[in-house]
Amino acid sequence: MASTATLRKPVSGFRISRKMLPYVLSLPALLVCIGILIPFITAVIYSFQRYRLSQPWARQFNWGENYLNFFTDPAFWNTLKVSLLYAGITVTLELLLGLGIALLLQRRSTVNNFISIMLLLPLMIAPALAALMWKLMTNPSFGILSYLASLIGLHDFRWASSPSTALLTVVLVDIWVYTPFIMILLLAGLRSLPTQPFEAAALDGVPRTFVFFRITLPMLTPYILTATLFRLLDSIQQFDIIYAMTQGGPGNTLTVFQVEAYLNFFQSTNVGRSAALMVILWAITYFLSNIFIKNWLRLRERARGEA
Amino acid sequence: METTSTLEKTLRLIALTLVVVFFMFPIFWIFLMSFQTNETILAIPPSVIFTPTLSNYAALITGKLTTAAGTLDIAFMRNLMNSIFLSVTSVAIALVLGVPAAYAFARHKFKGSEDIAFTLLSFRFAPPLLVLLPLTQYFQWLGLSDTYFGLIWVYQLICLPLILWIVRGYFEDISADVEYAYRIAGHSWFATFRKIALPLAGPGIAAAGLLAFIFAWNNFVFALVLASADKQPVTVGALAFVTSSGIQYGQIASAIVLSVTPTLALALYAQRYLVEGLSLGAVKG
Repeated sequence: MASTATLRKPVSGFRISRKMLPYVLSLPALLVCIGILIPFITAVIYSFQRYRLSQPWARQFNWGENYLNFFTDPAFWNTLKVSLLYAGITVTLELLLGLGIALLLQRRSTVNNFISIMLLLPLMIAPALAALMWKLMTNPSFGILSYLASLIGLHDFRWASSPSTALLTVVLVDIWVYTPFIMILLLAGLRSLPTQPFEAAALDGVPRTFVFFRITLPMLTPYILTATLFRLLDSIQQFDIIYAMTQGGPGNTLTVFQVEAYLNFFQSTNVGRSAALMVILWAITYFLSNIFIKNWLRLRERARGEA
Repeated sequence: METTSTLEKTLRLIALTLVVVFFMFPIFWIFLMSFQTNETILAIPPSVIFTPTLSNYAALITGKLTTAAGTLDIAFMRNLMNSIFLSVTSVAIALVLGVPAAYAFARHKFKGSEDIAFTLLSFRFAPPLLVLLPLTQYFQWLGLSDTYFGLIWVYQLICLPLILWIVRGYFEDISADVEYAYRIAGHSWFATFRKIALPLAGPGIAAAGLLAFIFAWNNFVFALVLASADKQPVTVGALAFVTSSGIQYGQIASAIVLSVTPTLALALYAQRYLVEGLSLGAVKG
């Protein structure tokens, strides 16, 4: 192809060799992002240091001490527990709800399409702002949800400000924001399934539960996996909703990884511990994202193939 | 599906109604609240019947809030302007950098291309605070800590991977034969890129840009960590506003309404592309 292209002189003044072209095209984007790798390496180095902003003179390498200390640190185990609990609960509930709603909206009709577009709106609201919306609705003195709770006998239901219901409240906000994400992915998946197996099953009079568990669900699995992993990756890193709603409180009820690292850095100025927390979270997400990307690629190829 | 009983229809209707109420009610309620004074907001039982007032919006737009305790300055309009400036600039830069790169990844399988593309994608999934916390120190040394430039740079971490992967998919959908034909006619690759590839991928590029805008607008943690008070976007500004004004609930509600309107409007406008964009091109809508 290169030889035919040189038959006539190209219009542009200078020529970039064909071999170099893709590198030249992608280099600027890469350079902008590469700057981020330096703070990443810095963070890893910090995680192996005793480093407090309040005692800069005492800064020195302590190698694995920050990590070893975690084993006997109840605050760390709390962080791990809350993070996993938060991710587990939100993703499970969002998956069930999202699948349910997608099934309800599966048939293409004006009403269903309209509803599915409307349901996208919470997903388009900044999670931090969504948290503020729910904060207004759960305000003890005028919040509509506090009022509704009092109607069913839950007087003085404290929502995010009580340790026993704080997790429930932020999970509720997360569900409100992110269920639509799973819903639209699964809805797109459902609508792209081939119709023949369903027609055949209908002809044979196969019971609907059987169709669902033996045909719909297996065929939908790649979509479910991708949506779940995608959400799991984001959910285990949740910061915006929790920070905007409670700043990790009350007490340390909601100090998930990123909130704990943020508070360690800015409040207790313990840079070493904060960096070690982030490196552990990074290891978890790296592991998850490798599984995710494999699934995602398979799905992407399928989508491209159908195009 | 044809044999749906009345009972099933009713159950479906109830379920759908509950779903719509759960997801729409908060938006509706905050919208109502933004037109109320504190008196009607604090009334018990809460009511949807009230005399609407524009005073909350007026206070935000003029930046002056008159209360019994005196006048309070609100910098919310500044936050709104920051959000617009940061998001528009970040997306513009990400498009200039990302579209050619996406074209390179789609058309040329060069050495290391997949590795580079995946490295860029992996930025989307790494915990942001891992790099943000050391970055605060680098920004101080580099004199970037109080600049839009620094923020726009880190916003590329949100915008670039999104644009790269979505636009790449659109380029891959264009048959390479069309481009070859044009090149054989003696045109340079750049003319081919500009006259053939760009227009054909145009809608996809626009959709990716809109989505990147929404994500940049909705970002919270980057600006929370790196932006000084006068550079903060609405997400951080609204939170600060809640802390500073405390009990001005009507204004908080109207600040939220103003903050979410742009993204909601764009989402409705670009909804056809949302599925593809949100799944980074894995699922077609």
